[in-house]
Amino acid sequence: MNVLHFVNAFFSDSAHWHGYDGIPYRVVEHLQYSLEALAFAAAIGLPVGLVTGHYGRGGNVLALIATAARALPTFGLLVLLVTWLSFSTGLVMIPLVVLAIPPILVTTYEAVRSVDPSPVDAARGMGMPESRVLFQVELPVALPLILSGLRSAAIQIVSTATIAAYVSLGGLGRYIIDGLYQKNYEKVVGGATLVAGMALATLLVFWAVSRIVVSPGVRRSS
Amino acid sequence: MIRIDAVTKRYPDGTVAVDRLSLEIPDRAITVLVGPSGCGKTTTLRMINRMVEPSEGSILLDGQDIRQQPVNTLRRSMGYVIQNAGLFQHRTILDNIATVPRLLGWSKQKARERAAELMERVGLDTALAKRYPYQLSGGQQQRVGVARALAADPPVLLMDEPFSAVDPIVRKGLQDELLRIQDELGKTIVFVTHDIDEAIKLGTMVAVLRTGGRLAQFAPPAELLSAPADPFVEDFLGADRGIRRLSFFPSAELELQTAPVVAIDAGAEKLASRGAAPYLLVTDVDGRPLGWGAPDDLTAGEIDRDRLLPYGRPFVPGTDSLRTALDGAVLSPTGWAVAVDGEGRAVGVVSQQVIGEAVRAAHTAGRPDAKAAR
Repeated sequence: MNVLHFVNAFFSDSAHWHGYDGIPYRVVEHLQYSLEALAFAAAIGLPVGLVTGHYGRGGNVLALIATAARALPTFGLLVLLVTWLSFSTGLVMIPLVVLAIPPILVTTYEAVRSVDPSPVDAARGMGMPESRVLFQVELPVALPLILSGLRSAAIQIVSTATIAAYVSLGGLGRYIIDGLYQKNYEKVVGGATLVAGMALATLLVFWAVSRIVVSPGVRRSS
Repeated sequence: MIRIDAVTKRYPDGTVAVDRLSLEIPDRAITVLVGPSGCGKTTTLRMINRMVEPSEGSILLDGQDIRQQPVNTLRRSMGYVIQNAGLFQHRTILDNIATVPRLLGWSKQKARERAAELMERVGLDTALAKRYPYQLSGGQQQRVGVARALAADPPVLLMDEPFSAVDPIVRKGLQDELLRIQDELGKTIVFVTHDIDEAIKLGTMVAVLRTGGRLAQFAPPAELLSAPADPFVEDFLGADRGIRRLSFFPSAELELQTAPVVAIDAGAEKLASRGAAPYLLVTDVDGRPLGWGAPDDLTAGEIDRDRLLPYGRPFVPGTDSLRTALDGAVLSPTGWAVAVDGEGRAVGVVSQQVIGEAVRAAHTAGRPDAKAAR
């Protein structure tokens, strides 16, 4: 009885491929939570990081918030929120978003702040409006670092979204938690494999995105 | 004309970067601001395009206060070149150069056509158009910086130590190129440098600033060299002022002697007839100098090329200055400078004595020819 055996047994059982508890359904569910959480976190982290990075101010405050957010136990926060506010699908978002904001915010801030000041000076001196300086000069150069922040946030979300199952909200965590409860290790290993596979797929997606959106001039020179 | 009128820049901590500076920057000429670090030269330049706002005083462009137009409109009417070029690494060379035309609302195609035109103007191979900045050398990047500043054909060009980050040989090439471009375009250029030699080479007018942002002297470079206003300027100019000033006098009027120039295949008879000169300049059959020989050695028979004395560095009359001619004479073991034409063929020789007389004549005549000798 080794791990590979469990994996094989889990994925070859046709019952695992259909219905409410089937793999496709759970994968979509998991993906949905992850994407939503990433979108929320990016909607907060990116603009704040871009603006503070552009003006080069607020770094200390950001670092403080980020450290505090990182110290928050994700799992504890989820349980607290559920007992406090009762169930809703939106609820699982909060700890995931809180988890994902610090890497996005801090790397975006650092990425923009550390852009070589001379092209920025040249852009201003040529009469480029401030918004264009940010979006057409700083952002394209900061993009690889910003994407790496988004990537680590995404991977953390994908792996942490398993806790949604703990409060009966589904996702791939369902297999792990149910499996542990039922002492069904086939299910535990299968669920864990799926989560790991999804984290790897996330890496792949980010790699592909950066190939497309990052200018070759930036990719090659950094 | 740009008129800087009693401008002071004082920072909140009390530091005075520029102190009641007044300058009249002539149109269609290169005005160089030079001085030691902390003299406020860059601050002064940056006040012209309002990257820095003066604390007191005003700057007028063609009689109008620069604060009367929107800041970005003002900046788009002035080319801006900085140290290290400051290129956008995510954009191709062509799109870097097209930046200001695009800001001015030109179509992408028109802006790119203009950019390609400028690449040629600044001496860049248009094959580099689709490259990215990291693929270019420092000197090439700086050329792109100049092309980008010229793209929208602004009447004014502001250059902040543009050539100080490249090696001396590349720098000389860029300086020569700037002078050539300026001959063609006639922009009003304000150029900041800490290098006095660069200032003297490029400037039509040179403003020497001293630490604390005060004007020490504002004069054409030849005048600066002959009559420094005070010990600070004299010290800043450094050694060899007299020799360096000769750069501003043309060599065209030097009287050349052709008698001592002989071709290697001239024959013994002809060589003998030139016997009066202490040395003869032997050239190859095309007229290019080979070296000096004593007439006695030469008439003896076959000329041994290896025994000829080196002829130093030749000068081109009309193009080179008295300084180059004098340098050639000093370098030559015979004390005679060799004059050549554009193709390197010897057109005559001139002695140190004759050059010395020309130097004396230049001093008595006083005003040097500002256009000579660059």
